[in-house]
Amino acid sequence: MPQIFYHQQDGHVDEVEVARGATVMQSAVSNGIDGIVGVCGGQMMCATCHVYVHEEYLDQLPAISEEEEEMLEETAAPRDLRRSRLGCQLILGKKLPELHVDIPETQL
Amino acid sequence: MTQRGVVIVGAGQAGVQCAVSIRETNAAIPIVLISDEAGDPYHRPQLSKEFMTATENIAPLELRTRAALSEHGVDFRAPCAVTSINTQRQTVDIDSGVRLEYSDLVLATGSRNRSASIPGVELDGVYSLRTLPEASAIRGALSRAARLVVVGAGFIGLELASAARARGLTVTVIDIAERPMARMLSEQMSQFYLDAHTADGIAFRLGDGVDRFEGRNGRVCGVVTSSGELLAADFVIVAVGIHPNVELAQEAGLAVDNGIVVDGSLRTSASSVWAIGDCASVPHPLAKNRIRLESVQNAADQAEHLGHRLSGADVGNYHALPWFWSFQGALRLQIAGLIHDPDEVVIRGDPQRRRFSAFCFRNEQLQGVESLNTTPDHMAARRILAHELALTPAQAADLDFDLKTYSRTAGSAA
Repeated sequence: MPQIFYHQQDGHVDEVEVARGATVMQSAVSNGIDGIVGVCGGQMMCATCHVYVHEEYLDQLPAISEEEEEMLEETAAPRDLRRSRLGCQLILGKKLPELHVDIPETQL
Repeated sequence: MTQRGVVIVGAGQAGVQCAVSIRETNAAIPIVLISDEAGDPYHRPQLSKEFMTATENIAPLELRTRAALSEHGVDFRAPCAVTSINTQRQTVDIDSGVRLEYSDLVLATGSRNRSASIPGVELDGVYSLRTLPEASAIRGALSRAARLVVVGAGFIGLELASAARARGLTVTVIDIAERPMARMLSEQMSQFYLDAHTADGIAFRLGDGVDRFEGRNGRVCGVVTSSGELLAADFVIVAVGIHPNVELAQEAGLAVDNGIVVDGSLRTSASSVWAIGDCASVPHPLAKNRIRLESVQNAADQAEHLGHRLSGADVGNYHALPWFWSFQGALRLQIAGLIHDPDEVVIRGDPQRRRFSAFCFRNEQLQGVESLNTTPDHMAARRILAHELALTPAQAADLDFDLKTYSRTAGSAA
């Protein structure tokens, strides 16, 4: 099963095994991982599932759509032009079996 | 005797968020979360959108799994119905015969679909959408049928109509109002949607009602309009709005007026009883009277506000800026603020390119902004409205006026 590692601000790491097709946002929300809100349920309306992806996974990620690009300009914590993504757009599966992300300081 | 805690009735967006927000800062207080649906709590917005258009089966999106709730010390009971509330003794009776004692009671009972009292509404093939099982049934019908009639040109009706049209069905939408989404949108945006949906192949019958549903062998086969037209249909979706679920509150003697009446702190007329989300009628600084909003933002923000209050924070009165969205096919509509009978509507951007915003003013005050496929305008509008920054119609229309930068001056000024 794919695995996601959520690195919290305090250094604690939440490790979650997820089904193929699950997103970084959905997996965090349904498992109650702190620091990811996901109010809109993945509709790219709220930018509250912002994560910083670890460098070594950047080349495995899907391209940023226009809608995601617009919402990334609206994140509560500063955007990192290389590493910032919306968790709802990162789908775990064959192409992305494992992912480490840092949780930003704030989402609201 | 066990310690009294918070009992939350309803596990939609509001109920679940309230439990989560209490737990964020208070690890100790017992929380019981009661759902009248079977299964884990889930997000509803996608049910009328991606859930209908996705070619593969997509899983419902959980708000929290049962396991995660339990891990966070939330006693989740589902399916479970509350049968009565006693505000004197501070108890809640549930259908298993158990009596729960509360220190605080949160009513997040949501809403149910308004059922049209139309002859033939009981026929097979007449659907409405609220829950996951209902969404699955409609999804099944979409894949089998060729002709759909939607009753109601509101957000849900048009989201479903767009999904059906994208899947190649013949779609007709009927509404008694003269224009789509009349209750929510400015005339300009309403007209844009009418033209765009018409160009995409959706037929409209506006200013017309439904006289009856025609059936054959117990199954719907057509819709007869008030003006006498017969529209053939393989299935029908009725989406004519919702009713707040207020009965439990009413029976308990709480004040009800188009929703459970609460004050600015979200407290009902009984002490230690609160109401949030679709079911709550709330005083709001942007509205002259009380308002009851039906939206994810409203449910989530009220829940968070109340959650923090119940865990001991001094949060003042609820006043979050309302915002809404409706994604109808490729037409992404986002609304900030409360728009009511604007006297001046300024268009920013290009409707031809399906990318613009309608800035709605009344007495030269910005009421709200409707944005079509233009998230940057929407997000700037949210900040401008939340911080009550002045904006003139001329500035709104001027593409050289940098809305985003201007909206961000708010943080330092506030």
